[in-house]
Amino acid sequence: MIKRTIAASLICLTAASAVFAASELGDKREADMKKIGGATAQLAGIAKGDKPYDAAVVKTALTTINTTIKEFPTLFPAGKPDEDGHASPKIWENMAGFKGHADELAMVTEKLIAAPPADQKAVGAALGEIGKVCSACHQDFRLKK
Amino acid sequence: MASTLTKSVLSLIGIGIVGAGAFFWITRPQPLPESEFANLGPADVTNGETIFWAGGCESCHAAKGAEGDAKLVLSGGAPLPTPFGTFYPPNISPDEKAGLGHWTLTQFASAMKRGVDDEGRHLYPSFPYASYSRMSDTDLRDLFAYMKTLPKSDNVAPPHDLAFPFNMRFTLGGWKLLYLNDKPRVELANASPEVKRGQYLVEGPGHCGECHTPRDILGGLKVADWLAGGPNPEGKGTIPDITPGSKDIGRWSAGDIANYLETGFTPEFDSVGGSMVAVQQNMAHLSKEDRAAIAAYLKAIPAR
Repeated sequence: MIKRTIAASLICLTAASAVFAASELGDKREADMKKIGGATAQLAGIAKGDKPYDAAVVKTALTTINTTIKEFPTLFPAGKPDEDGHASPKIWENMAGFKGHADELAMVTEKLIAAPPADQKAVGAALGEIGKVCSACHQDFRLKK
Repeated sequence: MASTLTKSVLSLIGIGIVGAGAFFWITRPQPLPESEFANLGPADVTNGETIFWAGGCESCHAAKGAEGDAKLVLSGGAPLPTPFGTFYPPNISPDEKAGLGHWTLTQFASAMKRGVDDEGRHLYPSFPYASYSRMSDTDLRDLFAYMKTLPKSDNVAPPHDLAFPFNMRFTLGGWKLLYLNDKPRVELANASPEVKRGQYLVEGPGHCGECHTPRDILGGLKVADWLAGGPNPEGKGTIPDITPGSKDIGRWSAGDIANYLETGFTPEFDSVGGSMVAVQQNMAHLSKEDRAAIAAYLKAIPAR
């Protein structure tokens, strides 16, 4: 009887931790996307003229996007399609395509960090380049929500 | 006795035949009359291009993944999976054999507003004629003229792959009886010219309701839940509510909506995703005034 209870509790615990692990990954994924969104918002503030042009802000925003998008694909471990259903199974079906989009955003931002947009207009153009990569990936790999 | 029974059976069969005949008569394909398009005057190709982007023709009819000028080759597009089966959007390029090259304006308009093809057959409402029925004849004239300027393609799309009984086209006449009309989707009292323009774009060419309004079991729109979103008919996930009652988009200002349609960024700087990416890219081709009109209309409709 005791053995059985222990076994049952162990099973419950294992199941619970598996669920926890999955949603923890999910939380990290969401946090990463929000970080990128926040950085994009700062660039957009400058591009639209709501905020004055500030080279330091631009550089920080681009760096945030760059480092975050490099981490992002590591949050989708191979062979572990999402259990809480928030991530599209298409990511695991076409991991190379998914990572290709992330690599592209890393490349675009690296290029922009090396030659930073120097005024409001250039920030607008940079934002356009970044936004294109965002929606290209979201078109294929984000679930409708 | 036996003869009475025979008589009853015969008369029942008779009623059945008459009934079926009446059904086929009432639900027959009904193209538009030639006279409707006889005196419309010359086409405005520039307006035709605007209507082309508002309608998003190429989102379904250009090859999957087409970018730039390749979007203008309307060779037939990616398969559209639905609960009724898989639809294959056909070639609508101006090619004489494989596309619409040999169609007249009346035939084109009949397809757009009545869901009837050049051979007088019912078309499936996966082609959103139940929205396009609200379009003006002059816009159709201009759109047709613009589409004639696009490149030809000789690609032939596969036939639709549908389950019984949806594979029988005569059933579509019954569907049209239930769901095809040209009435406004919502009545807006004292609508400004801007809201009216937005209503035309959203309810007609833009056919936003085809995805953003939930459907009933026969695939007809539940108009009482106009633009209220629902489960994604193409697979996983949901389509958002875009009425003022939406927990996300309801909080956006008209300016936020117009900006989203132009740039693809939400007010929180999330980016557009899924099949809305293609739609947003089309909306970016419209004038600022037209995007503002769409936004004004979306703020004016009833909250759901």
